[in-house]
Amino acid sequence: MFVRWSAAIAAAVLLSSPVLLQGAQAADKLSDPQIAHIAYTAGVIDINAAKQAQKKAKNKDVKAFADDMLRDHEAVNKQALALVKKLNVTPEDNDTSKALSKQASDKLAELDKLDGAAFDRAYVANEVAYHKTVNGALETQLIPSAGNAELKGLLQTGLKIFQGHQQHAEHVAAELK
Amino acid sequence: MKPGRLAAIALALLPISVPAHAATIEITMENLVISPAEVSAKVGDTITWINKDVFAHTATAKNGDFDVKLPPNKSATSVLKKAGTVDYYCRYHPNMKATLKIEP
Repeated sequence: MFVRWSAAIAAAVLLSSPVLLQGAQAADKLSDPQIAHIAYTAGVIDINAAKQAQKKAKNKDVKAFADDMLRDHEAVNKQALALVKKLNVTPEDNDTSKALSKQASDKLAELDKLDGAAFDRAYVANEVAYHKTVNGALETQLIPSAGNAELKGLLQTGLKIFQGHQQHAEHVAAELK
Repeated sequence: MKPGRLAAIALALLPISVPAHAATIEITMENLVISPAEVSAKVGDTITWINKDVFAHTATAKNGDFDVKLPPNKSATSVLKKAGTVDYYCRYHPNMKATLKIEP
């Protein structure tokens, strides 16, 4: 499994296409500790992107969007930490988490070179794409694979809130054009 | 109908339309849903907003009449001061929408 999994991810990263969805096609069932790690990592990525945007964004709708992302993703991750503690589960690092983190740090560096309206547009466009990817992965991979009912429930709440984020990002993106 | 009779009816109804005490109505936000989605109330009633989510929410009137901030797992109250049908939503999660029908 791991060889196929890594190969799929490597391909996904190279093509800079959605890592999780590519992974889903090759992967066997993920374990709960892996799912928890992926979900938490995905949250941290968007929190870091939001912090960057709070510093760099110029447009007030983009700033407000970044505030919303920070608030919601921190809330979900806080809940996720409380849950893994309660379940006595140690989140397990894995290739999907690593690939996501790598892709995200590249994106942060790329966005860091932009300023003003160019940054605003690129940040929001990436937020649309990122939430699409994460939501797709939650729907097709993480939620179906989750064994623990409470973990599944948290992922489902996450999906609902992130679908709202995607709509919000799409709306802001349309306004920026 | 003569205007005089209307006035008489209005007068007759007056004591009834002033309730002994105002009601308290609970509106809950849970799992990104506001329920009940439609509530009828009267001026003077108190709304208790209960946020059962781990997310911060707001109850924000589209017409600007109120903007109540609800931190995660907290509640807040507001007293209805003005009659009318008010659509409100959560500023952070605009898919959360509901209506308050406030009678005089």
